[in-house]
Amino acid sequence: MSNIGSYQKRLLNFNWSLAEKELEYHDGDIINIGWYCSDRICLQGKGDRIALHFENFAGKERKYTFNDIRLASNTVGTLLTNLGLQNRDRICLFMDRVPELYFSFLGILKIGAVAQPLFSAFGDESLYVRLEDAQTRAIITQSKYLPKIRRIRDKLPFLEYIIVLDHTKTKNLENKEYAFYLEEIPAVEKMEIFPTKSESPSVLHYTSGTTGQPKGVQHVHYSLISQYLTTKWVLDLQDDDIYWCTADPGWVTGTSYGIIGPWSLGITQCVLDAGFSAQAWYRFIEKYKISMWYSSPTAIRSLMKAGNELAMSYDLSSLRHLASIGEPLNPEAVIWSQRVFGKPFHDTYWQTETGSIMISNFPGMKIKPGSMGKPFPGITGVILDQERFEPIKEAGKIGLIAFRPGWPAMMRGYCNNQEIYKKKFVGRWYLTGDKGSIDNEGYFWFVGRDDDIINTGGHLVSPFEVESALLEYPAIGESAVVSKPDEVNMEVVKAFITLKPGFLFNSELELDIMNFIRKRLSSLAMPQEIEYMDKLPRTRSGKIMRRLLHAKEWGEDIGDISTLEND
Amino acid sequence: MEKMDLDEIKELVLNYVKNEYLDDEEIDLDYDTPLISSGYVDSFSMVSLLVFLENKFKIKIPPSKATPEAFDSVNKIIALVDQFTG
Repeated sequence: MSNIGSYQKRLLNFNWSLAEKELEYHDGDIINIGWYCSDRICLQGKGDRIALHFENFAGKERKYTFNDIRLASNTVGTLLTNLGLQNRDRICLFMDRVPELYFSFLGILKIGAVAQPLFSAFGDESLYVRLEDAQTRAIITQSKYLPKIRRIRDKLPFLEYIIVLDHTKTKNLENKEYAFYLEEIPAVEKMEIFPTKSESPSVLHYTSGTTGQPKGVQHVHYSLISQYLTTKWVLDLQDDDIYWCTADPGWVTGTSYGIIGPWSLGITQCVLDAGFSAQAWYRFIEKYKISMWYSSPTAIRSLMKAGNELAMSYDLSSLRHLASIGEPLNPEAVIWSQRVFGKPFHDTYWQTETGSIMISNFPGMKIKPGSMGKPFPGITGVILDQERFEPIKEAGKIGLIAFRPGWPAMMRGYCNNQEIYKKKFVGRWYLTGDKGSIDNEGYFWFVGRDDDIINTGGHLVSPFEVESALLEYPAIGESAVVSKPDEVNMEVVKAFITLKPGFLFNSELELDIMNFIRKRLSSLAMPQEIEYMDKLPRTRSGKIMRRLLHAKEWGEDIGDISTLEND
Repeated sequence: MEKMDLDEIKELVLNYVKNEYLDDEEIDLDYDTPLISSGYVDSFSMVSLLVFLENKFKIKIPPSKATPEAFDSVNKIIALVDQFTG
C-alpha cells in the first residue's frame, strides 16, 4: 500500500496542516530543519538507525546513525558559532558529496544561518558571482578546492572564513583559512538550536537566469512542510526503505530530496560520491539493497545505452519504487525501466523556485509514458494562454505552465533581485517559464522552455552567461549560444562565434575556447560544439537572431525571417 | 607530429589531464587512476578531452567509442587511441 493511497481521495479537503500535524508543528512554533532532520528523529527513538551509508569512488565506506548526524551537525554548528558566525549569515557549501557536506548543511541551519550549496564543478567566475551576489560570509570546503577559492577571495570583501573540513595539514593555511578534522573534534552533545520560525531563511540555491546573471532563490524553514509530505506521498518513502537520491546537493534536488525529505522522515539513505558508471550504479543498488531510487532522465538514458544485459547481471530485486527529475522523461525510458526493472520510473516536475514537487506520476496512478503526471494535492496547476494569461480550458492546447502561489516551499524571493521576482507572477499565477498542455484526463505534458535557457542533463544553463564569457576570450568577436539535441543529456550547449581580425579558427582554438569556458563557468556550460561563422545572423536592428540558429540545430522551421539583415 | 613511443604518449596524456582537469596538485594520479568514475573528469568535460586526443594524434574517434568506460583511465585512453592510430 502506498503512502498516498488514493490520489483522488487526497484531493478532497486537502490541507497542508496534515503535514504540520505529523511534524507536531503549530502555527507560530519554532521550526528548524536541522533539528527536524536529526534531533527529532533521535527523540522518536530512531537514534541508532542508519541515516547515511556513504561510499566513494574507490569503494571506501562510512556509515552514520541518526545520532551520529545529530552530534556531527551539533559539532559543525558549534564550530561555526565559535568562529563568530551567526543567524542569517550566508555560509556556502562548496564540496563533493561527502558526509561532511550533509552534517554541515544541518549544522548551518541549526545556528539559524543560511546554507548556500554550490556545485563543486563550478569554475572561478561562476563561483565568484554567486558568492559576491549572496555576500557570503563563510565557505565550507575541501582542501582540493582551496586553489580555486584562493584565486577569487581577494575580490570578495564579505568572505571572512574559508573553512576546510578535510585538511591534510601538509599545506600551509593562508589568510582567513581555518582547518578542522571533524573526527578529531570532541562531539558536541548539546547545542542551543537557533529558534528559527516559519519565515526564517534557510537555503539559498542559485539557478540560471534569463538575463545572464544567476538568481539566488531564497527558501525558508517552513519549506519543510511540503518537502516532508511530497517525499512521503510522491517518493513514497516508507519506514524500512533504503533510499538513493542521485542528485548532487549543489542543486535543489540534492537538498530538498537528498537531505531534508528523507531525513525528516527518519529514512536511511545512501550516497555514492563518484562519477557516473552503469556498473558502479547497479553494484551500489545491489550492495545496499536500495528500494527507492530518485534519479534523472539523463542517468536513465545512460543506463539504457549500457544495455539490458548489464542490468540483468545484477540483483536489483530490492527496487520497489522509482522516480525521476531534471528534464522530461521520454516515453522510451519509462517503457525500458518497466521491462528491465519490472517497474516504471515515475516522472516528477518542479523547480528550484518551487522548492518541492509540484506535478508527479503518483504511486498507484496510471502512468502515461512521457507525461509529467498530475498536480500534488493542494497545488493548483494550470496552462495559461500566452497572451491573456488566463487558464486554457481546451485539452491539448499549449500554453504556459503556472501555479497558484501559496504552497509552503515556494521561494520567498530572489537574492538582490526583487524586480525579476515580481516578473515571475502575473495576476494570481506564478509563471514557471515552461510550456506545456493538459490532456482530457488532467495529465500535464511538457513542451519546452518559454525562454532561451538550456536544460542540459537536468541542469539549467543561461546562454547569455556563456555568451558573455565567450566574449572575454581574446580571439572571439561575437558569440551566440543555443541548445542542440543530445541523445543522453536531452540538450547540450552549442556556440556560434565570429573571430576578430588576425585569428584563424581551427580545432586547437576550439579546444582552447572549450577549456576557457569550462574553467571560467563550469563543464555544464562548456560548449560541446563550437561553430565558426563569418557573421552571425542579425535583425536589421542589429540583434542576433538566436532563434534562427536554434531552429537550424533542431531541424525546425526557421519561421519569419523578414527582419533578417541582408548583405 | 613527431613519432612518440608509448611511454611518451602516456606521459603526455597524464600531464594534460593533471594540468587541465585537476586543481589540486596533491592528487596522486597514475595511469590506472579512474578519471570518469572517480569524478575527476565529468562526462561533460569528456568532450574537451576527446578533442584534445583527436587534435594531438590526428585521429577521429567515433562517438560510439568515446564512452565513459573507454575514458576511465590514462591506460584505457591510450588503448582507445591505439585503435585509431596507424
